[in-house]
Amino acid sequence: MSLRDDQIERYSRQIILPNIGGKGQEKLLAAKVLIVGAGGLGSPAALYLASAGVGTLGIVDSDSVELNNLQRQILHTTMAVGMPKVESAKQRLEALNTDIKVLPYKIRLTSENISGIIKDYDIVVDGSDNFPTRYLVNDACVLLKKPLSHGGIFRFDGQAMTILPGKSACYRCLFQDPPPPGLAPSCREAGILGAVAGVIGVIQANEVLKFILGTGELLAGRLLVFNALDPSFRIVRVPRNKDCPICGENPTITELIDYEAFCNLRQKKDK
Amino acid sequence: MSIKVRIPAPLQKLTGNKVEVECSGSTIRELIDNLEKDYPGLKERFYDEKGKLRRFINVYVNEEDIRFLKKDETAVKDGDEVSIIPAIAGG
Repeated sequence: MSLRDDQIERYSRQIILPNIGGKGQEKLLAAKVLIVGAGGLGSPAALYLASAGVGTLGIVDSDSVELNNLQRQILHTTMAVGMPKVESAKQRLEALNTDIKVLPYKIRLTSENISGIIKDYDIVVDGSDNFPTRYLVNDACVLLKKPLSHGGIFRFDGQAMTILPGKSACYRCLFQDPPPPGLAPSCREAGILGAVAGVIGVIQANEVLKFILGTGELLAGRLLVFNALDPSFRIVRVPRNKDCPICGENPTITELIDYEAFCNLRQKKDK
Repeated sequence: MSIKVRIPAPLQKLTGNKVEVECSGSTIRELIDNLEKDYPGLKERFYDEKGKLRRFINVYVNEEDIRFLKKDETAVKDGDEVSIIPAIAGG
């Protein structure tokens, strides 16, 4: 593959970076990234990956755009309210960069469908908004050996970690099981500042870009913890856990689990 | 003796919205017991009904996870920073 003139122009400010160059740009254009959730984290991640010229972006989301999403989900516009998020995302990203392909998946991930979707991608970005999906995505990525960029946010706090299955700690090495329904923060408490989603989503995009380019150090085996009020970034070490139920020495989880959904805004709305 | 403890968003309701509190103790277990005196309700967020540390909330002394040290018998000393880091699911 050789770059066209318009591509050299479009990506010139990153092609001139010594760690990227024409070769790096070709890697980006050839890369396939799956983004789970076109929400607060998925929006900034998708925008930066699309603008950098990641050639194929898969986007999974079963929801439609609501007015209360726009405070943080910067992929979507007021005009898109009521439209499936994956359609709104595809329009926005393809308008931003005509060079890339966006594949929408308007579905909710389950143990039945997830493997068939992630198998075609080089790396997965978790921007989901609930524990059942987060553990499902982690487990599927570990079982299929797909790298995963994890990000989570809550109020003014954010976390990010990159998971290289078999090489670095997975999400269950960090937090072995999801909290039981009674101990998860209630839906009502789950406020979030849009800029916090932006910070963590952009860190996830940055991890994916470094992974594709093979440059720099990843947040593998390290959890980045952001607090917007201090403001502070901290990094703690996350060793692989030999007792991890999915990637440890004697795994007890050998097939995917659909945890009961216990805290997401959809439940509240349905009541 | 004073140890800084970082309180994550989901537990700040119990600390009067404080992000950082000071506490004392020579081990994590003592520190948590002392935290409970100042901020009732915190202890049950760390331990389950059987007295085991919960699996979705981690405690770090400086950069190290106590699960890979001596769990709640891990020693702490003046000047250490203890961070409490729970799983958070928002996106």
